[in-house]
Amino acid sequence: MTTTPKTITEGEHPILDYIRRDRLPHIFCSACGIGTVLNAFANALRSLNYDIDRLVVISGIGCTGRASGYFAADGYHTTHGRAIAFASGVKVANPDLNPVVISGDGDLFAIGGNHFIHAARRNVDMLVLCINNFNYGMTGGQMGPTTPDSAITVTSPDGNIEHPFNLVSVAAASGAVFVARWTALHARRLTKSIEKALQKKGFKFIEVISPCPTLYDRYNRHGSGLDVMKKYRELSVIRNFTDPMKAEIDYRTRIVCGEFVDTEKPEFTDLLAKQAETLQQR
Amino acid sequence: MQKAVLTGEIFTQGDIAAAEGALAAGCRFFAGYPITPATEIAERMAYRLPRIGGRYIQMEDEIASCTAVVGASYSGVKSMTATSGPGVSLMNETIGLAVMTETPMVLVNVMRGGPSTGQPTEASQSDIMQAKWGSHGDYEIIALIPSSVQEMFDLTIKAFNLSEQFRVPTFVLADEIIGHMRERLVIPPEDEIKIVNRKKPTVPPEEYLPFKADADLVPPMATFGEGYHFYATGLTHDERGYPVMDDAAQLALVPRLCDKIRKNVDKITEAELTETEDAEVLVVAYGGEARTAMRAVKDARAKGMKIGLFRPITVWPFPKEQLKIAASNAQHVLVAELNYGQLVGEVERVIRHEIPVHLIPRVCGSPHSPDELMKEIRRRID
Repeated sequence: MTTTPKTITEGEHPILDYIRRDRLPHIFCSACGIGTVLNAFANALRSLNYDIDRLVVISGIGCTGRASGYFAADGYHTTHGRAIAFASGVKVANPDLNPVVISGDGDLFAIGGNHFIHAARRNVDMLVLCINNFNYGMTGGQMGPTTPDSAITVTSPDGNIEHPFNLVSVAAASGAVFVARWTALHARRLTKSIEKALQKKGFKFIEVISPCPTLYDRYNRHGSGLDVMKKYRELSVIRNFTDPMKAEIDYRTRIVCGEFVDTEKPEFTDLLAKQAETLQQR
Repeated sequence: MQKAVLTGEIFTQGDIAAAEGALAAGCRFFAGYPITPATEIAERMAYRLPRIGGRYIQMEDEIASCTAVVGASYSGVKSMTATSGPGVSLMNETIGLAVMTETPMVLVNVMRGGPSTGQPTEASQSDIMQAKWGSHGDYEIIALIPSSVQEMFDLTIKAFNLSEQFRVPTFVLADEIIGHMRERLVIPPEDEIKIVNRKKPTVPPEEYLPFKADADLVPPMATFGEGYHFYATGLTHDERGYPVMDDAAQLALVPRLCDKIRKNVDKITEAELTETEDAEVLVVAYGGEARTAMRAVKDARAKGMKIGLFRPITVWPFPKEQLKIAASNAQHVLVAELNYGQLVGEVERVIRHEIPVHLIPRVCGSPHSPDELMKEIRRRID
């Protein structure tokens, strides 16, 4: 499974060198945003000529949890919610490795919420790409920590009464050094943010709002995947460096997108190495 | 820089001996969460690891600790965590993942009284069955039970070696007595310590199948960053590591995960037989309780009683052949354990009701005294 960059021949998809060809076709539904995000990630790797040997793609459970299995790099599919804890082990044990976590909103913020806030607090070097489709897709469309007010899911059949997380706000409050939000419509801007994040050290978080035409958007009568993308275009406003607390996400009014946080803070494994070096000289 | 192997004689605690054993075995990553009575292991690792080029991280809970250990092991570093029963309850999710992705790693469980929060500062041996099948699904792990501070050191090294050889999570199941007791520890010179490392792939990356086992049923293990670009998942998978949801994939995988331990039982198990050759009464005891039993057996021998002690050192897989030898002349088998009856079931399975098997349970946080134990034995056999 080596990935030696080669010249692209006519008719061949430019990201194929970054993809496990023997795993195609993928399992994602037509019009789901996961494919767009994986494409954007592969394009970012390609445009950076990223060192694939040092990349470890890690995911949890759920639709997005399958993402780690499609890249021609080292990959690991953890149990539900644990991708970030696994990535912390990888980075601390071998700081030359670059873990990237790609997982869903339920995986990262319900069952995995504790790992998210603590890895962000420690500022462990990793990129976390969260595909937020507002529900648990793999298990049939249940409500989760991002399901909006009043939304219909199979476990909130009369309308969701829980208050959802604003993920970029959680990430910023927990200490992430880079925080961005895009929708699956913003493929190019998303790719640029991934490129920027991959070149930055520390805990980076990018949320991508994604259609779930099979479940969430169907139960809530949002129309086809294309209709949802049209709605994203209508509702999205780009407000870079807006306060993440105020970066609203409302399918009835507007979705605030952009890069909200881009700051510097000492990274955990750097601090560990620095401390160890001092101790070893004693 | 400090030495990884502190060769010499020291007077120390069981928990610290486990930490030093891990370092001597080559452990360079520890992730943990504070819990009584295992915290001293984390404290020792937090102090020692950065001084010898390793890394310590205190995680947000035991789930994260165990998962970070799996990630670190896959990154090529020998890795360990240490906890007690409540922590293992949380780690069981990841222990299943470690079994499924064939991860070499060591877990020290310094057992305390349960259920639930139980008796954090008191001794117990009530996680014997939790260690075997605490996670869901069919699987086998290895578990070793030390009876002294020296064995905390020696068996932690052995646990690393077995986990590397068989790519399986391996427990050091200590009780609070052994974890907290202090006695002499002899650390041998570094070059006298036997170290086993995981098998590495010998084929180029394009030919590497990460879950294709050799004849010993264990696949060679590449680690992240070596250019093998492999994928591992907790889902049922084929030799490529890719998820496969059919009967054949489960049939090819799960029996192998069990059989790599079951078919190598003779290479794994260890037990200590004391005065068993002519023993008509056989006591089975392990960990802290085995020390009491040893005294009781020796005292009774001095009075002319034909009594012996069988001490399993490997508890999983269970050393059944050794037990059969120890019990060959026995008319009574008595299992003394600091729980309400756990390993006794395994002893009964081996003895098969050919001779009476009696349980001497104790769930109150302290071991029997030798006299108490002898009274319990007498009560059952006279």
